[in-house]
Amino acid sequence: MALDDHKTTGFKFIGTRPDRPDGLDKVTGRALFGADAQAPGMLHGAIVRSPHAHARILRIDTTAAEALEGVKAVVTRADFATGLSGEFGFVLENVMAGDRALYDGHAVAAVAASSALIARDAAKLVQVDYEILPHVTDVDAAMVDDAPVLNDTYADATVPAGLHPNVVRYHESGHGDVEAGFAAADLIVEDSFKTEATHQGYIEPHACLATLGADGKGELWCTTQGHWIAQKTCAALVGIDTSQLRVTASEIGGGFGGKTTVFIEPVALALSRKANRPVKIVMNRSEVFRATGPTSSTSMDVKIGMMKDGTITAAQGVFRLQGGAFPGAPMEFSAMCAFAPYNLENVKQVGYDVISNRPKQAAYRAPGAPMASFAVESVIDDLCKQLGLDPIDTRLKNAAREGTKASYGPRFQRIGLVETLEAAKAHPHYTAPLKPGQGRGVSCGFWFNHGGETSVSLALSEDGTCQISVGTPDIGGSRASMALMAAEVLGIAYENFRVTVADTATLGYNDVSHGSRVTYASGLATIKAAQDAVAKLCKRAAAKWGIPEDAVYWEDGFAKPSGANAGNFDPIPLAEITKDMGSTGGPISGHFEATPEGAGVSFGTHIVDAEVDPETGKTAVVRYTVIQDAGKAIHPTYVEGQFQGGAAQGIGWALNEEYVYGEDGRLQNSIFLDYRVPVASDLPMIDTVIVEVPNPGHPYGVRGVGETGIVPPLAAIANAVSAAAGVRLRHLPMSPPRILRALRAQASEG
Amino acid sequence: MKTIHVTATVNGDTVEYLCDPRETLLDVLRDRLNLTGAKEGCGTGDCGACSVTVDGRLVCSCLILGVEAEGKTITTVEGMADGETLHPLQKKFIEYAALQCGICTPGILVAAKSLLEKNPDPTETEVRYWLAGNLCRCTGYDKIIRAVLDTAADMREAS
Ligand code: FES
Ligand code: FES
Repeated sequence: MALDDHKTTGFKFIGTRPDRPDGLDKVTGRALFGADAQAPGMLHGAIVRSPHAHARILRIDTTAAEALEGVKAVVTRADFATGLSGEFGFVLENVMAGDRALYDGHAVAAVAASSALIARDAAKLVQVDYEILPHVTDVDAAMVDDAPVLNDTYADATVPAGLHPNVVRYHESGHGDVEAGFAAADLIVEDSFKTEATHQGYIEPHACLATLGADGKGELWCTTQGHWIAQKTCAALVGIDTSQLRVTASEIGGGFGGKTTVFIEPVALALSRKANRPVKIVMNRSEVFRATGPTSSTSMDVKIGMMKDGTITAAQGVFRLQGGAFPGAPMEFSAMCAFAPYNLENVKQVGYDVISNRPKQAAYRAPGAPMASFAVESVIDDLCKQLGLDPIDTRLKNAAREGTKASYGPRFQRIGLVETLEAAKAHPHYTAPLKPGQGRGVSCGFWFNHGGETSVSLALSEDGTCQISVGTPDIGGSRASMALMAAEVLGIAYENFRVTVADTATLGYNDVSHGSRVTYASGLATIKAAQDAVAKLCKRAAAKWGIPEDAVYWEDGFAKPSGANAGNFDPIPLAEITKDMGSTGGPISGHFEATPEGAGVSFGTHIVDAEVDPETGKTAVVRYTVIQDAGKAIHPTYVEGQFQGGAAQGIGWALNEEYVYGEDGRLQNSIFLDYRVPVASDLPMIDTVIVEVPNPGHPYGVRGVGETGIVPPLAAIANAVSAAAGVRLRHLPMSPPRILRALRAQASEG
Repeated sequence: MKTIHVTATVNGDTVEYLCDPRETLLDVLRDRLNLTGAKEGCGTGDCGACSVTVDGRLVCSCLILGVEAEGKTITTVEGMADGETLHPLQKKFIEYAALQCGICTPGILVAAKSLLEKNPDPTETEVRYWLAGNLCRCTGYDKIIRAVLDTAADMREAS
């Protein structure tokens, strides 16, 4: 039986653009998202949150809340597991404060009541006495000697002696001799940059419905990027066995990395156990902003040396990331991605993970990479300007290729950076004339991509159709790509598949939908599971024909004898074999469980034209083109959608979005009116070019595409805005006041 | 607080409900009438996920009280399709992949339908400004705008 393990051309289904299987549910309002579930006897939960950035919790008095009619349970930290360490310990501390509130919005207690209105009223009746402590929210301020100490036990062994205890992790990597490299340069540019924290901004707030009995058995419905991690974490936090908690993922209204952990879910479980009733909790938008995953804010220094011909001789970067009140800011990803697009002899990168009185940062699309790329690609832009070099030619000259030793260590396998740069150069956008007041910017970007633990199960039905159970929530059309890949292997039409996101009791462990891993890893698992089923189908045909199994092969949905020696039999279609599978050996299914390691890295190049109004400082993005390597686009329309969505989020980050903290350490802009994400009238059409350089680690060459798209926009837009405004912008977002300040500073200098 | 009795027409049906005067129309639709198609993305009138029409006018149902619906006619995304037949916008949104996660979709469909009823031949800019009250974090709006423009063209041709 010949099973093509690797195939990059000649596809029948891959690369087509069918309607997604869950389309009807999602355009009719029928799809059930996190907040759309209910249960008989259900209570509603509400969370009591700290109004202080940093405070000792002296006393929590729940008497008045408990006395309110309709209130069924109140929980505090005492109702959760004890003795947790590591990430579970941090998550518990984050979902329910212990002896201190560590940021504005930190949960300190929760109530469950017969209606959402009563729960909200009861939350206000919970009396918390605080002793206010000094706070710090800025990354640089958190590192200075007299900064308030958040926790002096968090720093790990990587942190060099003499640093403030708020520095909790340190990273250093690179190769070569940067000093020698700088000495050889014709020009060195060294600059400092800052980026403010942004939020993933998914439109669906966190929501869950939990049931937990005194017997330690529970059910949880929640909006999540990964229900197995939710299962594991929630079970630990409420002190039950993992397998006794069944978690079902709702349809998910956006995540972008922010729904890879838990917030309200363990609280709902604890309330449910106490009240002995199902409990639903839905966050409001302000809670989402105050208490869930913003990105790190950053402070960065980058120094790059270049020869007159554009060759980079050395590159060095320092990346300081504040990740809220707990360790985990993705500073190593900033450091490792910063220079990854380039083939560098001498490179050094340093990262600092700094804690401060802000919510615990969560992953956001290529966590850590966009900020580093902003700093690095801005410096490259300056070097090109000063040396009179073309920005794409210069990037091509230094571009990483197959065999290049990456700035973060390994040697690249086959990669597609050069192809994206060449496509950018050839794109009409790059040479289109600009109007006065407009500037053009270019940037490259890199993301690792991820494999992760994956289980997929596929079962054939008697009528020749097929159901696929995957464990990765479908955030943007992955049911369609899974069905396409299975169709390719089994050789039956796309419409014959039903893809279900299975609950934790139905499948083995699945890592979360993150790291751009779904199409790669769940896709690979689906292909392998389908191949497993094909092997069994061939076996049934072989038995029927009375020939050896390896004398049968599978093609276009038929079992066929593999040549004259095998015998002269009519091919048998899939449905013919499944029709009587019960009597020929039983049900036919396919499985795959593994941790695929071959996620191919992905590069992109973006071109953007921006127009700056010197009167108001307002920027308009007038043209945008995304060029990215997808390895192989399974469903090209959804690949384009990922490119466009990443670019739009990058535009928001570059121009508008930021967490604004007051002197009091409180978040000043916790609603969408004040935290302004791009709206339809802010954006142009976003042009896309899909480059396909196959990933050797996937049977069909797939590379994840979800994250790389948010890496180049920050720098590309900064380069365009700097060109349009005639002044280098070093602080994101480039909001109108910041642009005006930069213009005025330049005018007063010059 | 004492609940109040309200009678309204929702998607063509007469409905009666009791609601707390603090409950929004969105709360009533979702929690009392089981119409969970309209979503709450913000509760402050900034995201449009809760868009419905009240007496033909496009509104954020999170900004209207349930009691204000007395005697009114309300249409939600659940009322868009005609039995098995999807509204042309619904079909086009699937075909164009104008949704990724789909949480913004009900609100955007209701808003776009209301645009096309007023203006069957909108420009790209008009579509963008009309939908500026509906946040979508996934798509970058490109495919949404194209889907609306193309549906408008189809509907003009068909009429
Ligand atoms: S929920 Fe009504 S506008 Fe956002
Ligand atoms: S499709 Fe996710 S918010 Fe619009």
